[in-house]
Amino acid sequence: MTTHPSNAARLTKDIVGSEYFVLFLCLAVFLAFAPFTPGFASRGNVANVLVACLPLLVLATGQTLVLITAGIDLSVTAVIGLGSVVGSLVMGGDAGWLRGSPLATPMAVAAMLGTGALVGCLNGLCIAWLRMPAFMVTLTSMMFCSGLAVWLARQAVHAESIYNLPPAFLALGHPGGLGALLVALAVLVAHLLLTRTLVGRWFYAVGHNPRASLVSGVPVAGVIVGAYVLSGLFASMASILLTARLETGSPNHGKTLLLDVIGAAVIGGTSLFGGKGRVLWSVYGVLFLTLLGNGLNLVNVSDFLITIIKGGVILIAALLDVWRSRIVRGS
Amino acid sequence: MSPSTASTDLPASIREPVVEFVDIQKSFFGVPVLKGVSFRVEGGRILGLVGENGAGKSTLMNLLGGNLQPDAGELRVEGRRYAPRDPKDARASGIAFVHQELNLFSNLSLADNLFLSDFPLVEPRRARFPPPEAPGGQNRGHAPQRALESKSGWRRRLRLPWIDRQTLHARATELLQQVGLDYPPQTLVERLSTGERQLVEIAKALSADARVIILDEPTTSLSFRECERLFALMNRLRSRGLALIYISHALGDILRLCDDLVVLRDGEKVGGGTAVEFNHERLVSMMVGRQLSQLYPNRIQPSAGNSVRSDADGTDLNPPPAEPSTPVLEVRSVSRPGAVRDVSFSLAAGEVLGVAGLMGAGRSELARILFGLDPHASGEIRLLGRRLEGNPRQRIRRGIAFLTEDRRHEGLCLEASVAENMALVTLARHCRTPVRWLDSAGIGSAVRRMREAVRLSPTVLESQSVRTLSGGNQQKVVLGKWLLAEPRVLILDEPTRGIDVGAKFEIYQLIHHRADQGAGILLISSEIEELMGICDRILVMCQGAIAGEFQRPEFDRERILAVALHPSKQ
Repeated sequence: MTTHPSNAARLTKDIVGSEYFVLFLCLAVFLAFAPFTPGFASRGNVANVLVACLPLLVLATGQTLVLITAGIDLSVTAVIGLGSVVGSLVMGGDAGWLRGSPLATPMAVAAMLGTGALVGCLNGLCIAWLRMPAFMVTLTSMMFCSGLAVWLARQAVHAESIYNLPPAFLALGHPGGLGALLVALAVLVAHLLLTRTLVGRWFYAVGHNPRASLVSGVPVAGVIVGAYVLSGLFASMASILLTARLETGSPNHGKTLLLDVIGAAVIGGTSLFGGKGRVLWSVYGVLFLTLLGNGLNLVNVSDFLITIIKGGVILIAALLDVWRSRIVRGS
Repeated sequence: MSPSTASTDLPASIREPVVEFVDIQKSFFGVPVLKGVSFRVEGGRILGLVGENGAGKSTLMNLLGGNLQPDAGELRVEGRRYAPRDPKDARASGIAFVHQELNLFSNLSLADNLFLSDFPLVEPRRARFPPPEAPGGQNRGHAPQRALESKSGWRRRLRLPWIDRQTLHARATELLQQVGLDYPPQTLVERLSTGERQLVEIAKALSADARVIILDEPTTSLSFRECERLFALMNRLRSRGLALIYISHALGDILRLCDDLVVLRDGEKVGGGTAVEFNHERLVSMMVGRQLSQLYPNRIQPSAGNSVRSDADGTDLNPPPAEPSTPVLEVRSVSRPGAVRDVSFSLAAGEVLGVAGLMGAGRSELARILFGLDPHASGEIRLLGRRLEGNPRQRIRRGIAFLTEDRRHEGLCLEASVAENMALVTLARHCRTPVRWLDSAGIGSAVRRMREAVRLSPTVLESQSVRTLSGGNQQKVVLGKWLLAEPRVLILDEPTRGIDVGAKFEIYQLIHHRADQGAGILLISSEIEELMGICDRILVMCQGAIAGEFQRPEFDRERILAVALHPSKQ
C-alpha cells in the first residue's frame, strides 16, 4: 500500500496515456538489453540500428497514411520486389537497357518510383471508384506484383537476381548517404502533410466517416487514391534503399517485412479502423521493433524465435491499446 | 384523445407496481446524474418518461436494463429487490429494452433475430422409453411433436445442439402475428422498414416473456402510419397487462398515449402523476424549468417579402401576393424516376420555405438532388441565376449547405472532436497556398466564434469527441459547421429530430438568423407544427410531386395533413 495512491495512479496514467508511451518502451528495451549485450549501446550499433530501420520506417509511414483513411495496403512488400526488378532492368546487370549510360541511375529511380505510384494508383482507383474492399484489392495486387516481378526477372536475365548495378545507384544505400537523407526527409514531409495541411485533415475525416466527409465537401475518392499512391511511392523508396544496400535487384526483397510494417503502425497506436494515427507514432513503433530485433539478435536468439517474440509483442501492443484507452478514460 | 381507462378494469393484483425506483442515485466521474429518483411503474399502464437531453432518462433506463448499476437506492421488481448485473439478468427478470438504435441483425432472418439468445433446440434423447406419466390419450395433443421426433431421431442420437427449425418457425410466426407483422419468419430483416423493425424488437421482447418493455425514442424515424401502428400495438400490450415505459420528445404523442407521466430535470424527478393532469404547456415548463412563453421564436426582422408573421389569425383573405425578392434558388421541373416528379419552386433570399409530407413522399430525395448527392434525370436547378451542377463539393463552393437527416452517419465524424467537425467544411478558407498549409489559429478562432453563436453548452470541450455529446449539442455542431460556410441556400432535413425543446428553440433562432442575413432556407420536417411555427411558406409533397402550397396566413394543420395524405382532395 502506497501512502499516495492517487499520485502513483496519476503517474501511471500519465505515462500510459502519453503520446510518447512507445518511445518510453523503446528506452526500456534499450536499458534492458544494454547491460547484458556487449556492444548494444555502442555508437556503431546505434547508428546501425538507425540505418537498418530506414526501409521499415518509410514503409510504415506509407502504411500509416493508408490506415488513417481506414484502409490497408498489403501490396507494399510486393511493390518493393517489383520496383527492385524494374529498376535493375533499367539501369544495370548484364541486360539493363541503359547499361553504362550516365542517365541510368536517375532513370532507374524514376522507374521505381513510377512503378510504386502506378500500383498505388490502381489500388486506389479500385477501392475508391469501384468500391472494392481494400483488403482484397491490395491482397490481389500483392500476388500480381510479386508474380510479375519474378516473371520479369526470369524473362530478362533467366535468374531471379540482377547484379552489377551502377555505383552511383549503390551510393544511395550507404549509411548516412543521400538516400537515407531523402527518405528521412520524405517521412518528415508525410508527418507535416498529416498534421499541418488541409489534405491531412481530409485524410482523418475520410477515415472517421467517408459519408459525412463527402457531404461536407471533402474529395473522398481523391483522398483515397492519394493515400494509396503515396503508400506505393513510399514502398518504392524502401525498394531503392534495399536494392542499393544489398547491391542486387531481386523480386524477393522485403518479403518478410509485411508483418513488421503493420505491426509497427499498430504498436505506435495507429488504429486499423481509421481516423487515428500519426507518422511520429509509427516512427516510435519502428524504432521499438528494430531495437527489439537487434537486441535479441545480439544475444544470439535465432531468427525464428525473434519472429515469434515480435508476433507476441505486436499482440501485446494491440491488447495494450485497448487497455490504454480504458485506463485513460477511467479514473 | 384521453388516455385509456382500461387499466382500472383490471384486477387489483395487476395494479401492483411492477417496477419501483427507490431513491436512485448515480454519478459519473463525480458528476451526479441521478439525485435520488423515486417512482413506480404499474402493469397495464403506459408510463411516459420525459425530460430534456441529459435529464437522466437514459441513465435511469440503463439501470433498469442492467447496463449500469446504481450508486445508491434500490430497484424493485414485483416487490422484490432487483439488482441486475448485466442485460441478461434484466431479461431473465422480464425487462426488455427496445433501443433507439435498433439492435437487430439485418443479415439474419426474422426468426433468427427473435430467438438469437435462446434458440429452441431438438431435445437430446433422454430415455429409451417414453415417460410412464404420459398416457397415450394426452399424446394426441402433441401430434406434431411426435412427427418431429421420428424425423429428427438421428439428430437426437448425435446429441448436438441442433436448432429445432419447426418449433422456431411456429413460435416466430405466432410472435409476428401478435405484433401485427405479416411476414414469413424466414424473411431477412434487411428487407423491413425502420418501423417494421421496431415491431420486431417488440416481438423479441415478447419472446422473452417480458413484463416491462422500455421504448426509448421509438418514433424518431417512423412515418406517420408506422407511428399509428406502433401506438395501436402499445395499446394492445397495455390491455394485456404489460407495463410500458415510453421515452419520447414528441410531447403530443406522450400526452395522447400515456397513462402516467414522470418528468425529470437535471437528475431529479420534478413532477409526475396521471397524464390527464398535464397539458403541453405545463409539461414543457416543467421540463425546461422556466416558463417557455412560446415554442417558436418570432423573427425580429421580417424579410422584405413577407410582413405577416406571428399573427396568422389576422385575416382569412388572401393578402396580395408578396412581391418575391430575388430568388436564390430556382428549381424547374426536376424529376428523378422513383423519387421526385416534376418539382418546380423558387426560394427567395431571406425566406424560410418548409417542405411537409409523409415519409417516402420524396422530400429527402429532393434535398439530395439539390445538393448533388443523387443525380436527376431532367429539369434544371439554378443558384443565384446560374445553373447549379456538379458534385456536393462544387455546390458547396457555390454556397449551398445541407444538414442531412442522418446526423450520425452523414453529419458527423463521431470519433473526431467538436472543433474538427465544425471546421471541416470551411478548412479550405484557412489555407495558405501553394501547399495548403492550415492556419490553425484562424480555424481555432472561427470555431470559438461559432460555438458561441450556436450556444453550444459551456461544459462541452472543443477537443471532446462528438460521440459523447447529447443529440441537441451534436446537431448544433453540424449546424455550426454549415453556418461557418455562410451558405446562400441552407437545406435542413429534419433538423430537430430527437432533440429536446430548449435546443429546438435555439436551432429555430439560428435558422431565422441565417435567413435574416439573406440566405434562403429549405426546411424539411415531419412535424407540421414546427413548419407552421417557423416557415414563411410551406410546400406539401406527396408521392414525389408537389401537391400543395400554403402561404403563412393560410397555414392550417388539418389542411396540410389532408394534402399530404390525399393530394386529390384538396
